[in-house]
Amino acid sequence: MPHILAERLSIAFPLYHVGARSLKKRLMASTIPRLRTDSSNRVVVAALNDLSFEVRSGERVALVGHNGAGKTTLLRTLAGVYEPVGGRLDVEGRIGSLIDPSAGMDIDATGRENIVLRGLFRGLDQKQSEAMADEAGAFSGLGEFLDVPMRTYSAGMQVRLSFAIATLMQPEVLLMDEWFSAGDADFMAKAQQRLEELVRNAEILVLASHSMAIVRAWCTRAIRLEGGRVVDDGPVEQVLAGM
Amino acid sequence: MSASTPVAVQSPPAVTSDASAPRRIGRALDDLSLGFSRWRLPVALAQLDIRNRYRGSVLGPMWLTLSTAVTFTALGFLYATLFHMDLHDYLPFLVVSLILWNVFSQLIGEACTSLTVAEGIIRQLPLPFTVHALRCLMRNAVIAAHNLPLILVVFLIFSINPGPGVLLAIPGMMLFILNGFAVVMFLGMLCARFRDIGPIVATVTQLAFFVSPVIWKPELLHERQVWLVLNPVYDVMEVVRGPLLGQPPSLLIWAAAAGITVLVCGLSFAFFVRFRGRIAFWV
Repeated sequence: MPHILAERLSIAFPLYHVGARSLKKRLMASTIPRLRTDSSNRVVVAALNDLSFEVRSGERVALVGHNGAGKTTLLRTLAGVYEPVGGRLDVEGRIGSLIDPSAGMDIDATGRENIVLRGLFRGLDQKQSEAMADEAGAFSGLGEFLDVPMRTYSAGMQVRLSFAIATLMQPEVLLMDEWFSAGDADFMAKAQQRLEELVRNAEILVLASHSMAIVRAWCTRAIRLEGGRVVDDGPVEQVLAGM
Repeated sequence: MSASTPVAVQSPPAVTSDASAPRRIGRALDDLSLGFSRWRLPVALAQLDIRNRYRGSVLGPMWLTLSTAVTFTALGFLYATLFHMDLHDYLPFLVVSLILWNVFSQLIGEACTSLTVAEGIIRQLPLPFTVHALRCLMRNAVIAAHNLPLILVVFLIFSINPGPGVLLAIPGMMLFILNGFAVVMFLGMLCARFRDIGPIVATVTQLAFFVSPVIWKPELLHERQVWLVLNPVYDVMEVVRGPLLGQPPSLLIWAAAAGITVLVCGLSFAFFVRFRGRIAFWV
């Protein structure tokens, strides 16, 4: 049974490639003190601090909060990209993440090659990946452009392709960051429909969003993050009212 | 599967991590075994890399063969005329040496960026890091394979027959590849963390080229030749080069090469165990 359990989960980012000078500026500018230096004198951002929550099968959770509240970091952690530095995290179920749709795309490769590649990245074999290419190709409506390098695509075509690739698989635990600016109006409707289908069929949805309309329409529960901490957790209306 | 239903995908292992019991060794081993079991992915990635590198080129990777052949012809004649060396003796040595050296130096150079170039995918999908190292290794193996026929051509021209001892080049090659993999893993991580390591590695590689017997023969050292065994580059190279040239390396060199392999693999694995969880933050 898919479920997510986080106990005192913490993530701290060491800032490696920030000069001391710009760092000082950042320290002065930030209102919530999240930058600190750790024992070995590195500058560390406490991206997530002491999060505890449980998500059961069937729940639709919205992560709300200002920019930099830790929403995307939490999604990445749930996806297994970042390993927690403190606390524990259990995620059960097939995870699908729609965090950065264009990640891992190679613009020198053709659309078809990119789809096959993504299939392989996700653990499919060559044959399944090629079957996926036909499907994603049809969905993206790229037609003959599917077999030319992505470099030649218009911005809209690139978005359509990455959307088609990213949404091909039906996960049990769907992790989604807010990005809906897909191509032309015709494709928008198609994209919307596909997303709704994915959301409906997923056991668990965790959505990071700024759009209250989307949160209200899709989610049953909201977790409000601020400065990497959970400040509110409950039914959507209740949490949104408290913002 | 019908055209409209999304593809069900085999599940990646569920995420379980507990900072108080990090299970570092187990997870590092999982990473390696999962990475190797999905070898098709790095193969496909390596193929794509090579295709992209030579997209639009008529000869494609055959350019490598051609340019290496030109270099060897020129160098061979140059050395023979300038230094009055015996080509029959020297050129086969030079060809085998330089081809091996090119593989080595190119692998080291690309090792430094093996993780940083995959930044996009590392921060989106939990994928074994082994995949990125294998991708780099396989790409270089394919490129190296384009130069191997040159060895055969030179041997034919100079009618050199290395004899059955040439089979010893196979275990030698295995040691070479094993070292290559460990070095790619290690440098990939180190260079993701410290961005200054890349240029340092390039400088050291350059230096290693001159202090190792690549273009000069070990015999030039006369009685001091015994000390060469302390040069790890020489040892790992000699276990491939020696058998190919029909001069089986001594047992000492085999032992040294094996020892170095154990050392390099051990160091790389220890580093991987300790810092695997941090890589996503580094890239």
